[in-house]
Amino acid sequence: MTLSFGFDLSLAVLTLAVAGYAIGARESFASVVAFISYGVLLALVWVRLSAVDVALTEAAIGSGVTGALLIGAAAKVGEGAVDAPRSVRGAGRLLTALFCIATTLGIATAFLSLPEKAPTLAPLAAEHLPSTGLGNPVTAVLLSYRAIDTLLESVVLVFAVVGVWTFASDRDWGGRPESPGKDRPEQPLTFLGQILPPLGILVGVHLVWTGATEPGGAFQGGTVLAAAWILVMAAGLRKPPSIEGAWLRFALIGGPALFLGVGVAGFALAKAFLAYPEGHSKAFILVIEAALTFSIAIALGLLALGAPGRKGHP
Amino acid sequence: MTLAIDAFTILCVCGGLFFFLTGAIALLRFPDTLTRLHALTKADSLGLGLIVLGLLPQCDGFLAAAKLILIWAIAQLGGATLSQLIARIAAIENSKP
Repeated sequence: MTLSFGFDLSLAVLTLAVAGYAIGARESFASVVAFISYGVLLALVWVRLSAVDVALTEAAIGSGVTGALLIGAAAKVGEGAVDAPRSVRGAGRLLTALFCIATTLGIATAFLSLPEKAPTLAPLAAEHLPSTGLGNPVTAVLLSYRAIDTLLESVVLVFAVVGVWTFASDRDWGGRPESPGKDRPEQPLTFLGQILPPLGILVGVHLVWTGATEPGGAFQGGTVLAAAWILVMAAGLRKPPSIEGAWLRFALIGGPALFLGVGVAGFALAKAFLAYPEGHSKAFILVIEAALTFSIAIALGLLALGAPGRKGHP
Repeated sequence: MTLAIDAFTILCVCGGLFFFLTGAIALLRFPDTLTRLHALTKADSLGLGLIVLGLLPQCDGFLAAAKLILIWAIAQLGGATLSQLIARIAAIENSKP
């Protein structure tokens, strides 16, 4: 008892310390590294709270994908591609700090004003779990009870990619994004890019498949697949795709489109939007998850690549 | 029998923790990038290796054990590649006047 309390206490202190360092670090690169460590520590916190699904998502998206995006951003800022006047930077920092403090205070107030026995839908979710054919209540919430949220999330990812693409200049439109690696990648990286992706695909598919009964799911699996794709491109084994490619655009919208199609078909099959026919929920959910995973992987990979353009022409 | 297995686990995990601790101290104390990398790779390979070795007899089933070994193997691969990449950059930086 005391041992696990000691572990939790040191974990909490360490998480807060790393968070503080991420905010306070002078160099943006050091700050990003601290942010990634913070994400990993936060994942451990979620594990300690028995929220393994959240932990996986935090590690994959909060720490992994966001970390990769921030490293790219830090490298660009370091090159002097983005430079605001000192006064603007100061005001921006002040506003950001105020906004963050207000958000933290808001969450703290909401948390502290919760009634002693917090309202929960958990028993209700567990009670109806057998009707979905699933074993993991989190997946049941994401793809059955509250499927509309997940549908909108998957559509938001498509919009995010379109938003990133709008940063391309007219001249670069339809071209390829810059490769995430160097022009001549180091040999060890090429080796890793050859040997790791098959394992990444295996782990990604496993995370989706196991998500029906145990922690895992489309977002976590899709992130692992995206990471394998980015590694292959960083190692110089494949070029980033042209954003005009028909297959690419189809792959990007395929998952959300299938999800939406099943949702509309629900009117005919089960008399409600996003309702699955009685007794066939699990099959529908697995097909949707498979398509979503693929689209999420493509979307996250494209987000990490950024807008099409060439080196030296931001 | 269980006592012997538990003793083996405790011994191996403590050994692994020792390597992680010395690796962390060396990371803070060693003078330059290459020596620090040297210290880190010891922690990664031996530290994680011993912890995985110690946890193997505690696994229920072959699949769980195989997953642990796979995690160790991936960490080896990632660690070795990353230290190569960092060492190359350090070598380039060092050769600059």
